[in-house]
Amino acid sequence: MSALRIGKRFYGTKLPACEPAQLRGKLIVLEGADGSGRSTQIEMLNAWLENLGYGTVNVGLKRSMLVSEELDQAQQGNILSHTTRSLFYATDFADQLENRIIPALRAGFVVLADRYIYTLMARDIVRGGDREWVKSVYSIAIVPDAVFYLRVSPQQLVERNFKKNVILNYWESGMDIGLSRDMFESFMKYQRLMQAEFRRMQEEYGFDVINGNRSTRAVANELRAKIQSILTVVT
Amino acid sequence: MVEEGDAARCMMNNSHNFPGKLIAVEGLDGSGKSTQIYLLKRWMEMQHLKVFFTEWNSSVLVREATRKGKKRQLLTATTFSLVHATDFADRYERQVLPLLRAGYIVLADRYIYTAFARDIVRGCDPRWVRNLYSFAVVPDITFLFDTPLNVALDRILSGRPKLKYFEAGLDLGLAHDPYDSFRLFQGRIYAEYKKMVDTEKFVVMDGMLPVEKQQAMVRKYVEPKIDLPAFRWRGK
Repeated sequence: MSALRIGKRFYGTKLPACEPAQLRGKLIVLEGADGSGRSTQIEMLNAWLENLGYGTVNVGLKRSMLVSEELDQAQQGNILSHTTRSLFYATDFADQLENRIIPALRAGFVVLADRYIYTLMARDIVRGGDREWVKSVYSIAIVPDAVFYLRVSPQQLVERNFKKNVILNYWESGMDIGLSRDMFESFMKYQRLMQAEFRRMQEEYGFDVINGNRSTRAVANELRAKIQSILTVVT
Repeated sequence: MVEEGDAARCMMNNSHNFPGKLIAVEGLDGSGKSTQIYLLKRWMEMQHLKVFFTEWNSSVLVREATRKGKKRQLLTATTFSLVHATDFADRYERQVLPLLRAGYIVLADRYIYTAFARDIVRGCDPRWVRNLYSFAVVPDITFLFDTPLNVALDRILSGRPKLKYFEAGLDLGLAHDPYDSFRLFQGRIYAEYKKMVDTEKFVVMDGMLPVEKQQAMVRKYVEPKIDLPAFRWRGK
């Protein structure tokens, strides 16, 4: 699909003062739950791309100058209602989109996104947010050149999370939605809901699903091969 | 992704069936709307009605981010819009909506139309902005305090106040001088308000009349529309 596209485009809503056709760089997104190996893969891709001589920029969730601290604080106390939280995250995303992603693409960089609008949308929808509303909010996003979704079974995710932190994250367990008072149970249910939402989005947005249950090296090799072919497409 | 006409549909569907009532005032800075809603609130309080007042841009939670963004001029049209939508959502979900469900009269000094006017003037896609706020119910009554642009500007600018960057609309690059910029910016907002009068069913009030005359008209308009005695505190 990326081979046919010339220039970039927005999903639906054009941002003021941005001509997407002038964005020469590549936007590559990795999606996946915590423990899917996402961050490790991004780190390796980053080094690989720089070694090849590509300028890279990393973006992710909750990294904006504008609201990242406030989001952290608010999350500690779990005091945000759902629409407020959605919009807070959307603000964080928009700030990075306009101040980091778009300028980097304009300058011809490869932007590696450690998650993008899909995680944000899935979280909202799983929490009962209106699908059309959420889609419209994020329709300001630039359509990426590729989206890789690292799919890892909930069982594997639990093991990897325990290995890393010895504790399950409150939000990644969806404890705020009351799926179960038992955290393990809640984690499994929440991750299954998220995966179901990603499956639904996969058809709509054309994700490339990567089997994340394999070794780090096997996943890295697959990603490199796929990204290599994207980089050679002239836009 | 959003089809033509969605925005209109979103707004039309949002009339509410809650036991409470929502009254909003809109208008330019200097139109006298805050004075009028304050007097309306006092009148209701004197009748021992369950009334609650909320104003634009006042959520404690979001204040810090807004302040920081404004001070450092970090905001673009899009993030300006989103920060204010977040602020509004926080107040809406935690105050306005629960109070409407609990049977209060909620008085709002500025509501979603302020965002529509400002964000559209700043260049945001009108359908996108309207969708952002589509979770909010439409007020039972919206008063637009219509003061000729020059009068509103004189009221604000006569004291030569220090105009803040975004307040003056300097981000739009309309003029270098903050006062010139403010005039042009307010003029465009005024035009956006005017466009909404019919579609949003604003009750237009003549902001040139004496304060007490306007207030008498506001009260006279509200009285037959809302069964005020039903909102009295019980058990007193």
